[in-house]
Order: sequence, then structure tokens, then C-alpha cells
Amino acid sequence: MKPRRQLTRTQRITVVYGVICFVLILVVLQLWLLTATVDAYLGGDLGLVWPALGASSACLLLNLGLLRYLAKL
Amino acid sequence: MADIDPRVDNAAREGLAGTTPTSVYEPTRDPEDVTVAPDHRPMDEQPKWRRDFAIDVPEDNFVARRDFAKFLVLTSGAFVAGQAWVAAKSLVRRRDAASPRMKIASLSRLSLGSAIMFAYPTGSEPCLLIRTRDGRLLAYSQKCTHLSCAVIPELDRGILRCPCHDGIFELSTGRNIAGPPPRPLPAISIEVVGDDVYATGVVERMS
Repeated sequence: MKPRRQLTRTQRITVVYGVICFVLILVVLQLWLLTATVDAYLGGDLGLVWPALGASSACLLLNLGLLRYLAKL
Repeated sequence: MADIDPRVDNAAREGLAGTTPTSVYEPTRDPEDVTVAPDHRPMDEQPKWRRDFAIDVPEDNFVARRDFAKFLVLTSGAFVAGQAWVAAKSLVRRRDAASPRMKIASLSRLSLGSAIMFAYPTGSEPCLLIRTRDGRLLAYSQKCTHLSCAVIPELDRGILRCPCHDGIFELSTGRNIAGPPPRPLPAISIEVVGDDVYATGVVERMS
């Protein structure tokens, strides 16, 4: 069996920074999505609510996957 | 000569041309991967409390980054909870969509160029019924779309003004034309039957 290469601390930190940046971008996207949804809801446009919930949930799932990867790193 | 196992990761191939010794894949010791004090002086020069409770600063920072990632994911979950709350509210709003037909004023008691207040569709929703100088009837929610302060009709200037943050709405359409309000005022549908004025619905608008 091919031995699994272990990353050095410096390499792991780089990966962790990359993952955190990605998670941060997704969280900012979710914040924008929630703001736009509340604005549309208050303006009487209810058609946006469910697609926005789906998109935000997809972001959360992606974030959970990245967190899991981070825990295994 | 014995046949060479074609598998690349076979131990017998170690050191042969084109293969790499497994020692290359062994974990290398990172120079940072030791317990160090923040001032980088050796531990025997550190105060006793630090020698007793030595903290690996790089390791400590590494854990903090992971904790930050956990906090971000928790925030992400909170945003999804917020979206779910809005979705649940939209279901309730759809269910209660039908607004009642309610008498709000008598036309004969509303002079030209005047405005009166009424509550619609519930007692806690203040609205304005305006009769312009040319006889048109206009009705809007009185709650400013910025922070729900009560707007004041200024018929001479043809506007509705919110005194809290100087938001201005056009009188004839209810559109937000200046200041912080993000949306027009919700319009109240009205119906005139004889001398009676009825409110029949609320029209919320994005623009």
C-alpha cells in the first residue's frame, strides 16, 4: 500500500487558511442572500424565499463538508 | 532473475530506478513543530511559570484557526435558520393572504386636500387615506419602509415625509424618492360605493 504523505505544519496551515477563506466567502454570500430575501419578503415578493433557502442550505452543507475535511487534516 | 513485481508500491522495488524510497514519505519534522516561547528564547531562560505551563504557541494558533472555522460554520447555520424563519413566515402570509373588506371613511366627511388615519387590515397597522385637491383618493400604509416610523403627508409639496430620517415618498404613487427608505409604501386598495370608502387589500411593492 502506498504510504500516505503527511503534510508539514506549514503546509497544513496553508490548507487551513484556504479552507477558512472559502468558508468565509460562503458565509458572506449567505449574509447577502438573507438580506436580499428579507428585503424581497417585506416588499411582498414571496417567490424568492424558497430558492434562497435552498441556496443557503447548500452553502451550509458545503461548509460542513469543508469543516469535516479540516477536522481530518 | 526473479520477476519484478510491476506494482509501484511494492517494497521489493524500493531503491530501483524510477521508484522512490519510502523514507521520503515519512513525516518530516517541521522546525516550528516544537514547544517555543513567544520570545523564542530557550526554555531554561524562561520564567518558572512558563516552564511549568509551557504553551506551544504555533500549535495554539493552529487550534485557534480551526475554532474560527467552526465559528464560521455555526454562523452559516444561523443564516440558514434565518432563511427558514422567513420561509415559514411566507407560508403564514400566504395562508392569511385574503384581506378583509372594511369601511374606512365617508367621502362627504373627507374634504379636498385633507388626510385621515385608519387602521387596516388589523388594528395595529396604521394607514393614511388622502383626498388630493383634484379629488383623487389615495391610501398607503403609514409605516415608513425604513424603520416603521409614521410618515406625515405634506400635500402642498406632494410628498409623504418620514421625520425620523428624512425619508420622502411621492404622494401620487407612494414611491420612495429620497432618504433611506428601501421600498415604496404599501398601497391600500380602495373602493368607493356611494358615500362609503372601503379598503379591500394591501399591495406591497418592491419598486
